[in-house]
Amino acid sequence: MDLFTQARLSPYAVGISIGILSWLTFFISKRPIACSTTFAKLSGMIEMLFRGDKVEQKPYYKKLQLVVDWQMMLVLGIVIGSLLSALLSADFRWQWVPSTWESAFGSTPLLRVGTALLGGVVIGFGSRWADGCTSGHGISGTLQMAVSSWISAACFFIGGILTAHLIFRWIG
Amino acid sequence: MQTKNPGTARFEDKPSLLWGLVFGILFGFLLQKGGATKYDVILGQLLLTDFTVLKIMLSAVLTGMIGIYAMKSLGWVQLNPKTGSAGMNVIGGLIFGVGFAVLGYCPGTIAGAIGNGYLDAAVGGLAGILIGTGLFAALYPRLNQGILKKGDFGDLTLPRLFKVNDWVVVVSVAGLILLLLYWLERAGL
Repeated sequence: MDLFTQARLSPYAVGISIGILSWLTFFISKRPIACSTTFAKLSGMIEMLFRGDKVEQKPYYKKLQLVVDWQMMLVLGIVIGSLLSALLSADFRWQWVPSTWESAFGSTPLLRVGTALLGGVVIGFGSRWADGCTSGHGISGTLQMAVSSWISAACFFIGGILTAHLIFRWIG
Repeated sequence: MQTKNPGTARFEDKPSLLWGLVFGILFGFLLQKGGATKYDVILGQLLLTDFTVLKIMLSAVLTGMIGIYAMKSLGWVQLNPKTGSAGMNVIGGLIFGVGFAVLGYCPGTIAGAIGNGYLDAAVGGLAGILIGTGLFAALYPRLNQGILKKGDFGDLTLPRLFKVNDWVVVVSVAGLILLLLYWLERAGL
């Protein structure tokens, strides 16, 4: 079927489907689609491997509870679902440097990976500071009309748009 | 707290884990089909040259909102809006935004990017996010006593803020989203 093998679908078809998916997660699992807590838990679990169970007593991990849960499986599922979609449409490729980056900063993997690492630290830190990410606040929170989520989503894009212009219009 | 053997992980019940996996596979499939697993598409949005990400998000919010509030009216689901404060959501949101542009993925789409084969996400980005969240966990006790509590507004929602019926806000927000999408299409974006 075309639906599965096309490399891209209309953003509206995709968005409406994600909206319907959110009905199901609320109805069946009583939970919103969200991702960033998983990375905080994973980080705590990795730290536990090195420093033992006392890590669980850190106030933040006590609050989150370092349990393999629904949302961790959701994030694992995203990897699998994206892989399936990419393979079905022959859109899967091993790639170090995306083309937008390459056109401004060249094709050296190290520079791109180092920047991604730095960006990852900042977005990981910010996602926990704001208590949510583009899915938890940006989609699931705004659709519940939470004030916290509308403010966060607006700030994600304000910060993102300004920084992207700084990187590509002034530096790149 | 549950008891457990040292060094082993604790797990939620199996049906929840399975549903999480199923919903995740569907979500990842959709994100990839929409192009949201790609750095170029996300940076295109932040550089305001490609509005794919905003179109996906706004149509998801529009569809989701109507269904969720309909189910809420029927008593089928309960909402759980996140609590927030100016210190949390404005400052945290802006920090997130800076990272969003530097990384070029967000915590959800980076999982999709890894599935898509993108190694900058799998090697650099993932490690960075784990370090960043760990850093926050270390600073949490101090932040939680101060900045995160500034301008606290709890789990406020737009209908309660404006003191109107849910559906007044649902219809207004739906109208605004449709108007914005119509305008984006008319402008050829």
